[in-house]
Amino acid sequence: MAGLWGENPVLRLLLGMCPTLAVTAAVKPALTMGISVIFVLVCANIVVSLMRNLLKSHLRILMFTLTIATFVTMADLFLKAYLPAMSETLGPYIPLIIVNCIIICRAEACASKNGLFISVVDAVGMGLGFTLTLCMLAGVRELLATGMFAGHAIMPKAFVPWAAMGLPVGAFITLGLILALVNQITRKRS
Amino acid sequence: MDRVMVLLMGFISIMVINNLVLTKFLGICLFLGVSGRLDMGFGMGAAVTFVVTLAGTLTWLIDHMILRPYGLQVMQYVSFILVIAGAVQLVEMYVRKFFTGLYDSFGIFLPLITTNCAILGLCLFINLWDVDNLPEAAVLSLGAGLGFTLAICIMAGIRENLRMADVPACLKGAPITLITAGLLTLAFMGFAGMVR
Repeated sequence: MAGLWGENPVLRLLLGMCPTLAVTAAVKPALTMGISVIFVLVCANIVVSLMRNLLKSHLRILMFTLTIATFVTMADLFLKAYLPAMSETLGPYIPLIIVNCIIICRAEACASKNGLFISVVDAVGMGLGFTLTLCMLAGVRELLATGMFAGHAIMPKAFVPWAAMGLPVGAFITLGLILALVNQITRKRS
Repeated sequence: MDRVMVLLMGFISIMVINNLVLTKFLGICLFLGVSGRLDMGFGMGAAVTFVVTLAGTLTWLIDHMILRPYGLQVMQYVSFILVIAGAVQLVEMYVRKFFTGLYDSFGIFLPLITTNCAILGLCLFINLWDVDNLPEAAVLSLGAGLGFTLAICIMAGIRENLRMADVPACLKGAPITLITAGLLTLAFMGFAGMVR
């Protein structure tokens, strides 16, 4: 379960930056994204772990991507069917889970070397770490950009929204500052 | 003449206004990973441009020639990723043979182009925007690649100078790079509204 903090995929390993920045303008899409990633990560790790002995080394990455692409297609179709509005908001970023480095990295670093149980636990840990980071970032950005949290207004009326936080600028700078905070905490501890 | 105009507008639009890296957050891993030195940034930009042009055009063809007529859109993602992986393999072999020095300095990042979101992202965007003719798809892919090269070169230039700056310890490395990228997107926002 190192994925939650010690090896948090976004904050420590700097993986999966693209969805992290793109879907975090509000909490709800961020949460949906996180859950989809957990689903794909767990399923992909199970399959890769089961077939790890059959893999030829040079075709390995290709097999990983194909496995992941299959599960992402499933997640995408599911979202389209049951949450069409959310699927619209997330747009191409759901299919882009295929190329999310976190999933390939875990398949390569963990699932292709370990048994089923370890792989699943690792996937859940990494996925949760990813989701939490996403929600944290989205929480900060949504609060400052619109004065709301997950769609509920919580800031006082006098609060003037910072429109820039909802734009790409806000994403980059907020993540930069969060990373700086994490660095600072780590340095203090050691 | 109209046709050419539309193509030109599309090209400019995807290169600076809808720049994949700075407004769509695609290809950030690579953008942060290899933008440390200008020559590496440029080499990587060239490789990505080649792959993205090839992949964008091919996936459009596959989508419109095979998948749509037979109603196989479910296979879209799987077939797109296969095309991209093939194109990257091609580039990797080429670079290893002819630019050995560059190949060594890229290391793991070269095969990682396969998993570069910019490429798959562009293929999906071409699909999403309902681009309906081949020249437009090809021009958009090329523009996207050049836009990526532009962004990564600017970034590499800034980072080379940043090394001499006195950055607070906790901001060193990734955080300052991200903040720089944020400021860069602000600059690129100035182009918004120029066309379309």
